[in-house]
Amino acid sequence: MPTVSVKRDLLFEALGRAYTDEEFDELCFEFGLELDEITSEKDIISKERGDGKAEGASDTVLYKIDVPANRYDLLCLEGLVRGLQVFKERINLPRYKKIMPAKGEGQRLIITEETAQVRPHAVAAVLRNITFTKERYDSFIDLQEKLHQNICRKRALVAIGTHDLDTVTGPFTFTAKAPSEIKFKPLNQSQEYTASQLMDLYRTDSHLRHYLHLIENKPLYPIIYDSNGVVLSMPPIINGEHTKISLNTRNVFIECTGTDITKAKIVLDILVTMFSEYCEKPFSVEAAEVIYPNGKTHICPELAYRREKVKPEFINKKIGISETPSNLAKLLTRMCLKSHVTGNGNNIEIEIPPTRADIIHACDIVEDAAIAYGYNNIQMTIPKTYTIANQLPLNKLTELLRLDLAAAGFTEALTFALCSQEDIADKLGMDISATKAVHIANPKTAEFQVARTSLLPGLLKTIAANRKMPLPLKLFEISDIVVKDANTDVGARNYRHLCALYYNKSPGFEIIHGLLDRVMQLLEVPPNQENGYMIKATEGSAFFPGRCAEIIAKGQSIGKLGVLHPDVITKFELTMPCSALEINIEPFV
Amino acid sequence: MSPGVAELLLQRLEQEAPGPGPGGGLCSLEAAAELGLDHQTLVGAVKSLQALGEVIEAEPRAATRWELSAEGEAVARDGSHEVRVFESLPAEGLPQSELMELPGAKVGFSKAMANKWVRLDKEAPGGPRVFRAVAAVQDTVQESLRRVQRGEAASLPERDRADLKKRKLLLEVTLKSYWLRKGSAFRTAVARQETELTPEMIATGSWRQRPFKPYNFAALGLPPACGHLHPLLKVRSQFRQIFLEMGFTEMPTNNFVESSFWNFDALFQPQQHPARDQHDTFFLQDPAEAPKLPTGYMAKVRKVHSQGGYGSQGYKYKWKVEEARKNLLRTHTTAVSARMLYRLARQEKFTPVKYFSIDRVFRNESLDATHLAEFHQIEGVVADHGLTLGHLMGVLKQFFTKLGITQLRFKPAYNPYTEPSMEVFSFHSGLKKWVEVGNSGVFRPELLLPMGLPEGVTVIAWGLSLERPTMIKYGINNIRELVGHRVNLQMVYDSPLCRLDA
Repeated sequence: MPTVSVKRDLLFEALGRAYTDEEFDELCFEFGLELDEITSEKDIISKERGDGKAEGASDTVLYKIDVPANRYDLLCLEGLVRGLQVFKERINLPRYKKIMPAKGEGQRLIITEETAQVRPHAVAAVLRNITFTKERYDSFIDLQEKLHQNICRKRALVAIGTHDLDTVTGPFTFTAKAPSEIKFKPLNQSQEYTASQLMDLYRTDSHLRHYLHLIENKPLYPIIYDSNGVVLSMPPIINGEHTKISLNTRNVFIECTGTDITKAKIVLDILVTMFSEYCEKPFSVEAAEVIYPNGKTHICPELAYRREKVKPEFINKKIGISETPSNLAKLLTRMCLKSHVTGNGNNIEIEIPPTRADIIHACDIVEDAAIAYGYNNIQMTIPKTYTIANQLPLNKLTELLRLDLAAAGFTEALTFALCSQEDIADKLGMDISATKAVHIANPKTAEFQVARTSLLPGLLKTIAANRKMPLPLKLFEISDIVVKDANTDVGARNYRHLCALYYNKSPGFEIIHGLLDRVMQLLEVPPNQENGYMIKATEGSAFFPGRCAEIIAKGQSIGKLGVLHPDVITKFELTMPCSALEINIEPFV
Repeated sequence: MSPGVAELLLQRLEQEAPGPGPGGGLCSLEAAAELGLDHQTLVGAVKSLQALGEVIEAEPRAATRWELSAEGEAVARDGSHEVRVFESLPAEGLPQSELMELPGAKVGFSKAMANKWVRLDKEAPGGPRVFRAVAAVQDTVQESLRRVQRGEAASLPERDRADLKKRKLLLEVTLKSYWLRKGSAFRTAVARQETELTPEMIATGSWRQRPFKPYNFAALGLPPACGHLHPLLKVRSQFRQIFLEMGFTEMPTNNFVESSFWNFDALFQPQQHPARDQHDTFFLQDPAEAPKLPTGYMAKVRKVHSQGGYGSQGYKYKWKVEEARKNLLRTHTTAVSARMLYRLARQEKFTPVKYFSIDRVFRNESLDATHLAEFHQIEGVVADHGLTLGHLMGVLKQFFTKLGITQLRFKPAYNPYTEPSMEVFSFHSGLKKWVEVGNSGVFRPELLLPMGLPEGVTVIAWGLSLERPTMIKYGINNIRELVGHRVNLQMVYDSPLCRLDA
C-alpha cells in the first residue's frame, strides 16, 4: 500500500480548515485511507541515522497517509485534497479539458521502429503556463516517484520524463540506439557520458541501480531527442540535464514511455489532471500528437470520461441499504463519480472521470456508494444461508490423533514446511535427488530451498533448540510434507505425516515402538500380517544399522521407525541417542 | 530427632509461667546451654514441635557476635606476629633467613616493616639481616583481641574490627536462635507422627490411634508426566470449532504447491501485480510449471483480464499462459477457495455453501519479530443468492463475537479480488486503540462469472492470520518463540487452555 507524506499545515490550508489528529484520522478511516504516522523530517532522520544527524532538519509536522493501491488519484497532496473536498461536498469535481493547439503548433513525438524491441509505447502532453512554488514542485516530483513505484511497476511498465519545454524544440523523436552511440549530460551531472558509461556510473547509485536491468542487456537503449538532437531522456533510467524543470519553468513537456500502453495512458492522465490545477487555465491540458512507426497518430492525453448506467436497486441490494435513487446519485458524486438519475428513476447515470481508472465494473461503483454511505452506517444482518458443516476427513483424523498423542505423553511441535536441502538430504544421509523434493527457484536464504519431504528434520531441530530442557524429550508433529507427483495438476502433492521422537540417555526404541502400537490401536488396526500392521527389519540411511524397521499396514508400507544413526544425531548438533517414527496417515482416513 | 529432646524442651518450657502471647518465654540458646544440649539439636526439636501445630511458639531471631578465630586466640595469648618478630630480634640483628623460620614470621615481618619497627639491611655480610628500628613497641592487636574476649567488641572502633577481620583474627558470627513460648495447644508429651497412611493401618485400623504429620499445603505438587499440545494449534482447534458451530464446511487445503493460475489469475489478479513479483512470492524451480490447467475456463479468465467482459473493462494487457503456468507456494488459501467455487460452479445446480479453511501460506518477505516466510491463514467464504455487504458485516460480527471481540468497525480497503473490500478493526482495550483484526470483501464478478456461477450469486469472504491472535492471546512478542523449531518448549509445557471468548 503506497504511503503519501504531506505537510500537515499545507494540507489543512488546502482543505480550508484545521483538524485535530483524531478528527483527521477519523476522516481518513471513513474515506478508506489510513493516517499511518504523524512525524517530521527531523523525527525521520533521527530514527534512521541517530539524533545527532537530525540537527537543523525541519520539524514541520508530516502526515504519512496510506492510500489504497488502486487509487493513483490520491498519491499527492493535490489529489488527496481534491478527493476529500469533493467527499465533504466543499467543492465540485473539476472538469478536465484537453485543449487542441492550432494546427501545426502542437508538440509531436515520433516513435521510430527501433523502439519495438525494448519499449514500444509512448504518450505525451504539455502543461502550459504553469506556476510552480517550492511545494508544488516537490509534490510534482514526488508524485512521479510514487507512480514509478506503484502502477509503473518500478519503471518496468511505464517511465515518466518531465521537461522544460522552452529549452527544446519539437518535434521529438523516440528511438532506440546502441549504448555506445548515445551520449549526453544526464540530470544532476556536470559532464557528458555515453549510455554504457552511465550504466557503470549508476551501478552504485542507491536509487537508479534498481532500474538498470530493464534495458542493460538489450542491444539498443531507448532515447528521446528534440529536433536539434538534444537528449530529453533515456527512459527508463534518467532524464537529460538540459531539459531539467525548475521553479521558473512555465511550460512542461511530459512523456511517458513503456511496455504497457494502458498503464502509460493512465499515468499521463493522473499527472496532468493533478497538476493542471496550477496552469493559467486550471485543469486544462494541451494535447500532443504521438506518431507510431506505422504512421498512426494518437492524440494524448486521453482524458476520457466514460458513462455507466447502474440500477439503483442493484446498488441497494449489493450493499443492503434502501436509499432513494437521488440519494445514491449524491453519494456517488461525493466519490468523484458525477451521477444523476435518469429514466424516471430507474437508472443512475454515472460519469467516470479520467482520474478513476480503478472503476472498471459496476461493483466498483457499488463500493464507492457504500463508502459514501458510510460502511459503519450499514445495518448488519445475518444471512439466511442454511448449510450443514462438514470437517475435512483428513483434518478430523489429525485433530483426533493429536489429542491422543499428547495423552500418550508426547508434546506437539510445529515446524516449518520449508527448509534447506541439507536438512532433508545430507543430514539424513540421503542424496537430494532421491527425495523427490519440490525446489524453490528464488529463496532468499538456504532455509527456504525446498519444501520438506519429512517431518523428522524439523523435530530434530526443535530438540537442538531446546537442549537445556530436562530429559527425556518426547515430541510429535502431524503435518504435511510435499513431494513431486506428475499425476496432479500442479506436479506436486502433500502427504499428511505423523512423526514422533524420543530423545534420552538411552535410545528407547521400545517407547517409540509402543507409541506405534498405541497409534495402531487408536486406528483399530490389529497387530497381524493379514489385515493389520507389522514391522519388519529394513535399512534406512537415517537409522542405525540393524535398528530400523519398515511399518507395513493395510498391505502397504506407511513409514519407518528405529534408532537414529549417530551421524544424523551429530549433524543435528545433538548428543544423546534418539529413536523416531514417521508414517503417512492418509491410508487411515 | 530423638523424642527425648523435644520432651525435655517441653518440660523446660512448662516451668515458664506465661502461656501464649507476648512476654515470657526463653531463648533457644540459653535453653540448650541449660539442658546441656548442642544448639542445633535443640533447633531440630523446635522444628519438629512446630510441625505439630500450636504446641509451641518459636520466633526466629538473629544476632551477630564477634569471635576470635583459632589464630586470633593464639595472638590474644602469645602476642601479635609483628610484636613477636620485633622481640625476637637481638641488638645485633638476625639474618633474614633465620628470622623467617620462626612461626608466623612471614606475616609478622611484613607487618613490622610496614609499621617501620624493623629495618632490613640487604648488603649485610652473610646475607640480608634484620635489625630493630625502634626501641620499644606496643601490642595493640593483642590488646584489641583481649577486649573482644572480654565481650567488649562493641567498644572497638569499627575500623580496627574490620582490620582484624581482614587479618582473619576476628570472625563475625551470625547466630540464629528462637525465642520460645508455650503455644495455644501446649502439652508436655509428644507422640511420634506417621507420615503416610499405609495399607496395614487401614487393615488393622491403627490409623485411629496414630497422629499424622501435617502436609505442607504451601508447596506445589508434582507436575504430571504428560504430553502437551502446541498453543498455536490449540488456537487453530478453537477457530475450527467456531466455524463448525457456524455451519461452515472445511476446504481441502492440503496442497501447498499451487499454480499462478489458481493463486492469482483465477482471482482476477493481473499478471503485473506486485504480489506476483519474485520479491514477494516463492516460485518453484522444480516442478516449475503446472502441467494441467482447465483449458475452457482458462480462456475465459484470459479474456476477462485482457479484454474485459461480464460488465467489466478488464485490465487491458496481454495475458500470458506462461505466467499462469508458473508454479509457486500458495500465497493465500484463497487459491483453494477459487478451486472450490469453480467446483461449485460446475455442479448441475447451484447450492448455497459456507466454507472455511485454516492452513499454511507462504510469502518470500523479509522476516522480523512478527513476520515469518510461512504462516497460517484463516479464511471463511459464503456463497449464496443475494448476499449484501450488510450480510458480510453480520457474519463477521457473529464470528468475532465468538472470539470475544464485540466492538467492531469497518474501513474501506483495496483488494484485487474483492469489491467492495473492508478491513475489520476491533477496539483493543489494552492498547486503547482500534487495531486491524482481519480483511474481508465481496468477490468480484470478474472472478465468479468466468467460473460459471449464476449471475445473482454473491460470494462474501474474510481472512485473518492465526499467528496474530495467538500471539496476543498468549502474550508472545517474538513469533519465532511460537512457530518453528526455535520454539520454547517450556512455553509449550506451560501454556494454558485456549478459550478465546473467556
